[in-house]
Amino acid sequence: MVAYPPLRHGGDMLQIDKLTKRFGDKIAVVTANVSIDKPTMIGIIGRSGAGKSTLLRMVNRLSDATSGTITFEGEDVTALRGAARRNWQSRCAMIFQQFNLVPRMDVVSNVLHGTLNRRSTFATMFNLYPQSDIHKAIEILDRLGIAEQASKRAEALSGGQQQRVAIARALMQDPKIILADEPIASLDPMNAQVVMQSLRTIHEEDGRMVIANLHTLDTARRYCDRVIGMRDGRIVFDGTPAQLTTGVARDIYGAGADFSEAATSTEIETLDRPEVREAEAYV
Amino acid sequence: MADISLNTAPQSVDSLQSSYMAQVQRRRLYGGLTLLIFVVLMVSGFNIADERNAGGFWEGLHNIGDYPADVLSEAWAKRADLPALIAKYFPALVETINIAAVSTLLGTIGGVLLSLLGTRGLAKWPRLIPLFRRISDIMRAVPEIVIALVLIFVLGGGPVPAMIAIAIHTAGALGKMFSEVAENTDIKPVEGLASTGATWSQRMLLGVLPQVAPNYVSYTLLRFEINIRASAILGFVGAGGIGYELRNAMAWGPGRFDEAGAIFILLFGTIVFFDQVSSRYRNRLTEGQGQ
Repeated sequence: MVAYPPLRHGGDMLQIDKLTKRFGDKIAVVTANVSIDKPTMIGIIGRSGAGKSTLLRMVNRLSDATSGTITFEGEDVTALRGAARRNWQSRCAMIFQQFNLVPRMDVVSNVLHGTLNRRSTFATMFNLYPQSDIHKAIEILDRLGIAEQASKRAEALSGGQQQRVAIARALMQDPKIILADEPIASLDPMNAQVVMQSLRTIHEEDGRMVIANLHTLDTARRYCDRVIGMRDGRIVFDGTPAQLTTGVARDIYGAGADFSEAATSTEIETLDRPEVREAEAYV
Repeated sequence: MADISLNTAPQSVDSLQSSYMAQVQRRRLYGGLTLLIFVVLMVSGFNIADERNAGGFWEGLHNIGDYPADVLSEAWAKRADLPALIAKYFPALVETINIAAVSTLLGTIGGVLLSLLGTRGLAKWPRLIPLFRRISDIMRAVPEIVIALVLIFVLGGGPVPAMIAIAIHTAGALGKMFSEVAENTDIKPVEGLASTGATWSQRMLLGVLPQVAPNYVSYTLLRFEINIRASAILGFVGAGGIGYELRNAMAWGPGRFDEAGAIFILLFGTIVFFDQVSSRYRNRLTEGQGQ
């Protein structure tokens, strides 16, 4: 769909360097180092409170880092202020666990919110979106299979549909990176699959980088090219899904020997798939 | 991978696009018309008002700063007297705050009763809900100053008529705000208490008030600030307190503007003080629940 422009320099696409976030005397993220050299689909796993959300929110600049830097294609985005910061946010879309749509506005309007960075407040106030944007919004909705819902209010949709509207809003931003903070944590298994598949398709077809916080191991294994494990604010694992053995997973989750992958699974098939229970055999 | 197709479109994208565009056009048309009507009403209304204005709006506009400038310059010239004047008028300020405090307390009690009796699902006599609602409408429809003028005529000047007037208005206003909060309460604890054989007052006291307390206290503190201003204004019509002193100082004209300045400082300081105290307390109530 969108031809991906070549990198401007030889270095890494996204570089996170010694990123730290403190809330008062509590440390949420401790000297995180991540480098990503090409558009990849990355899953971040870890217990709740491990600092996964904080990390993503810092990348989007929803919250400021206490120290450390985030560099995107050679540009230090941690230092951006005002309009430059908002421009970065439009290039780095975010999807939330609770969808974070405007419930009383219709689906297309919610998708058009992805263009707000390019529009003035005046144009927004009088609903003056260009026809080309409106057509594009409906095309994106069609791509995600929810075009029929276009004129309904966002609050009238099911959770899975709302999350796809949120993905459509992110796509409308035409971002280089899509950050997804627990995108399937409040969805049932069927909708979770649709949403994860959509994110995978976007990654594969458009060549966008996708970084998703996930609370289930099998989702990370199944959809991601690379998995980052966080524990107590530190990155304790960074590798391919194949390297993520049950032993490593126990370490990430700080769980005992009774930990099994099925315990965290939301996949429908898990229940009648005996091999998942022997997750050690995955490697 | 799961076999989920992302492209299922029984209705074509083109027709969806054109029907949505039609909807957008219609919305823009309505929006434009509303804006036009708004502008026409504002401009014509302003012109009518300006014609009926004795002096004319534009001719008078540049004089708007004259009076404050007179007051400020005289108060500044006599700034050495200000501390003494502030000390002199402090008792009057205390009287004003007292009027506000007592009337807020009485008005709050009335407001709680009116709200509980006028809320669907909680009322003791459901058939009388409209009656209690109209009572609270009337109580807040009549301005404080009108009630105060009538009472001053009957009872003579002083703080008591002002207090009654503000309490009546407060009960009506808080009754409305409280009942909106009460409408959103969870009815389950009330049902639980009813199942034990509790009376209506026990159910309200133990089942509803704990739920609504933070909101009620927050509205009451806001009302207290409003009532300090109201009680200062009622001083103008002879209800005592700092408003009475302010009217005397201002009616005197040049020569006593230093006193007016001192009173303004007192009033401003008081309102800022109570605003800060109550907003801090309100924040603690809304954020620190359950601690």
